[in-house]
Amino acid sequence: MQDEVIGRKYTTAEKQFMAFIDYYKTLGVPKTATEKEIKAAYRKLARKYHPDINPDDKEAERKFKEINEAHEVLSNPENRKKYDKYGKDWKHGEEYEKAQRQYQSQQRQQQSQYQGGGQSFGGGEDFSDFFESMFGGGGRASSRQSARFKGQDFNAELHLNLEDVYTSQKQVLTVNGKKIRLTIPAGVENGQVIKIKGKGGPGVNGGPHGDLYIKFIINNHTAFKREGNNLYKDVDLNLYTAILGGEVEIDSMSSAVKLKVKPETSNGTKVRLKGKGFPVYKKEGQYGDLIVTYHLQTPKNLSEREKELFKELQSIEK
Amino acid sequence: MRTEEHFISITTICRQYEIDFTFVDSLKRMGLIQVEIIEEDPCIHADHIGNLEKIIRLHQDLNVNLEGIDVVLHLLEKERTLRSEVTALRNRLRLYEEG
Repeated sequence: MQDEVIGRKYTTAEKQFMAFIDYYKTLGVPKTATEKEIKAAYRKLARKYHPDINPDDKEAERKFKEINEAHEVLSNPENRKKYDKYGKDWKHGEEYEKAQRQYQSQQRQQQSQYQGGGQSFGGGEDFSDFFESMFGGGGRASSRQSARFKGQDFNAELHLNLEDVYTSQKQVLTVNGKKIRLTIPAGVENGQVIKIKGKGGPGVNGGPHGDLYIKFIINNHTAFKREGNNLYKDVDLNLYTAILGGEVEIDSMSSAVKLKVKPETSNGTKVRLKGKGFPVYKKEGQYGDLIVTYHLQTPKNLSEREKELFKELQSIEK
Repeated sequence: MRTEEHFISITTICRQYEIDFTFVDSLKRMGLIQVEIIEEDPCIHADHIGNLEKIIRLHQDLNVNLEGIDVVLHLLEKERTLRSEVTALRNRLRLYEEG
């Protein structure tokens, strides 16, 4: 047997797995609570978990949806009555099935009158399967049904390698089934969030679309360390070059660079290469610095001749 | 670039969000929104609409009064700054952990 619930079909087997939700428990009120008490409990919890108060907090968003759903049912006397009567045994009972079908037909009529008619957050798809099954997709009655609100903001994460963000690049992302062309400016920071206007969820009652927020996660598998626009690199330096001076060739992010090494360079010496660091975000042609730290390499497996020469040097030093 | 096209008349906003003009006026007086006069018509810049919507939600959904909204917005801004600082510090810490 199947029940059609506004665009979705549940089989009896499917319904067995849908969990009963205790809306009273969600709001922390007894079953005898008055309308006023329910409203007060909802307001208290909403103030704690409202998405405007808890930006980027998925757990708070989930909680807010739960209490919103509980409030939608318990604040509406008709829905509350139905929930109290059939709630726990909603999976069984001919009477419930009949009532549900009747209710759905009413809801379909209402839906055609109020296109969309939802909450300002999350959209209709955020109600639980339990809610949808019991009250249908259009069962929420908002006090501001005709007000136009901006759609839900979407959050997405984009993982990139450090090399990828050294230059600006174009990418096509698929967010919620929609393809979005995105230009990623060079120099974007790890953890940086950019906003793409109008690419979020559709607005309520003809309101504008929400925005898409993309958080960049920059993985660094290179020999460079990045701090802001500066890059850091450790370079091994041969003992003889360090003592007598010379030249080393190092790879910057863009090209190989020849560096002159001063005689008597000590271990840990830092050299700053201006403009060889990371591109400055949204400032074309501007780069940070590359800071090279020399690590002196002590020669190993010395030959007898080398040992003799070092001993000679040591005696001169004395 | 700020052009007149980016400004929305308060009359339109009040109609759209079903709010009273006096409410917008109170927000302006509290410094919660910035109203600009374009050809004698009080307007809000389109970039500030998101903020206005947030204020409306806090007021209507959560019953927060204007003074409360002012406090909430300040704290949210503070939290945003702290979060970006945490991100920057985490990035710096990663330097030392990897080194």
